Amino acid sequence: MTSRRTLADREDVLGGVMLAPALAYVVLLVGVPFFLAIALSFSNATAGSLSFQWTGLGNYAAILGDPIFLRALQNSVVVTVATQVLVIILATAAAQVFRATFRGKRFARFVLLLPWAVPVSLAAIAWTWIFDSTFSVINWSLKATGLLHGWLYWLGDPALALLAIIIVQAWRIFPFATVIVLAGLSSIPQEIIEAAIVDGAGFWRRLFQIELPLLLPVVAVAVLFGVVYTATDLGVVYILTGGGPANTTHVLPTLAFQRGILGADLGQGAAIAVFLLPFLIVVAVAMLRLARRAEVGGAAR
Amino acid sequence: MKRVALYAAALGFTLFAGFPFYWMLITTFKQNRDLYVGASDLSHIPWIFNDPPTLEHVKLLFGQTDFPRWVLNTLLVVAAVVVITVAVAVPAGYSLARLAGRWGERLGMGIFFTYLIPPTLLFVPFARLVSVLGLQNSLGSLILIYPTMTIPFCTWLVMGFLRSVPWEIEEQAMIDGYSRLAVIVKVAPRLIVPGILTVIVFSFTLVMQEFVYALTFISSVDKMTVSLGVPIALVRGDVYHWGALMAAALFTSIPLAIVYNVFIDRFIQGFTMGAVKG
Repeated sequence: MTSRRTLADREDVLGGVMLAPALAYVVLLVGVPFFLAIALSFSNATAGSLSFQWTGLGNYAAILGDPIFLRALQNSVVVTVATQVLVIILATAAAQVFRATFRGKRFARFVLLLPWAVPVSLAAIAWTWIFDSTFSVINWSLKATGLLHGWLYWLGDPALALLAIIIVQAWRIFPFATVIVLAGLSSIPQEIIEAAIVDGAGFWRRLFQIELPLLLPVVAVAVLFGVVYTATDLGVVYILTGGGPANTTHVLPTLAFQRGILGADLGQGAAIAVFLLPFLIVVAVAMLRLARRAEVGGAAR
Repeated sequence: MKRVALYAAALGFTLFAGFPFYWMLITTFKQNRDLYVGASDLSHIPWIFNDPPTLEHVKLLFGQTDFPRWVLNTLLVVAAVVVITVAVAVPAGYSLARLAGRWGERLGMGIFFTYLIPPTLLFVPFARLVSVLGLQNSLGSLILIYPTMTIPFCTWLVMGFLRSVPWEIEEQAMIDGYSRLAVIVKVAPRLIVPGILTVIVFSFTLVMQEFVYALTFISSVDKMTVSLGVPIALVRGDVYHWGALMAAALFTSIPLAIVYNVFIDRFIQGFTMGAVKG
């Protein structure tokens, strides 16, 4: 009885037992597959058979000489960067609006959160219908207002299709960024703002010289998640364009899926997906720095 | 003047965010002859009902497609993933917050970072793992793999949540003679209830939204979830049933939107990782 009682009081034992299942899940089903993903990229593994051989850098040589891959890599960078620029502008502006009180704010906030709540694949199919080559409501509206005289084949033209992808990604991520920036705004001490007002600082000066610098860590968090959500997203491009027309709008995830799963060439699919790592490493390092700064800031308080 | 600008901006953002949902709504209830008029016909305004609304697409969706089946599949996966996530992540979060001491935070952050490893990096090895386990084309594959996305985030959420719960209640129970284990079993669960609720809601929304793994593992139409079946299997050949498609998107979005509005602040606390202090 005594020994049982001590066991029931040992925090290290209890802590280990309670943590073990989560650690096992994360190590076995995230950690191991993560290294397996990298290992497979050096092999000629296929979906059909379990045996494979190491091929060294063969897959990398193959994809680096492949114009479709290079285009996909370029598209991934362009879409990710352009989306984040749009998201920062939209989110900081939207946060300024939604911190104010106005009639109908509850409804507006409900609508603002919709793009984030809806499953990516369902949003993408809705946008596919909006960009339809024959029935596009955007084309109708542009023509009806006299802004467009010809016709826009949104998903049939490589440049327009890429623009469409960026619009959809920005649309789906900016509500999330707005909410994060709003949370940051509400944590700025009111005295700082009031002191600035007393000192005669106007709206723009307060925005650029006080609020935005104080908001930087929060905006950074929004951008970092935005990078992960955009660079690693498969659904939007897969459904909107399928990588077309003529493989011009592939991004890394859709190309990895096409080669690795549909084409059953696991090795090459894994090699393509590995090029997502630089995006993730940049994000992880930046987050660690932010977290450390938050820790130091918290300790100073 | 300032108020006018504010309302104009608010209206602009609301229209941009909401317009695809208005488009789902109007497409869902439009008759086909009202729906399929080319956009080059400027005399036919697509933004309004030119003919009386109809329920034919909704009836098609629920009566003649696999949509009801996909809803059932999704709910089944949701239930299983919620159970696994609560059973694994809640004790882990408690352990990191209350029992692990100084290294708890570091370890918690390590677990959280695995949330950043995306499905599009892991689907290749998982495709192999799932076929080795004989789980390909079954809901079991999703039930096994989805917790890899819910557990890291939810462990982090619970850990953060517990830090805002005062330690005194548990301390008092120990002074009253409870063992450490008895505190965990009898006292702690009551304190964590709001945290568990957040975990359930997060797992629910994640399963509803997931597309990549479902696309990779599931090939039969009758095994699909909503987020996979609607965009992939409601498209018959080259024929898009836009009315039914938009109805499905609309009906799936509504419960998620309501849930997000209620739980948004809790999710944000998880995402901002202490960069925002209340």
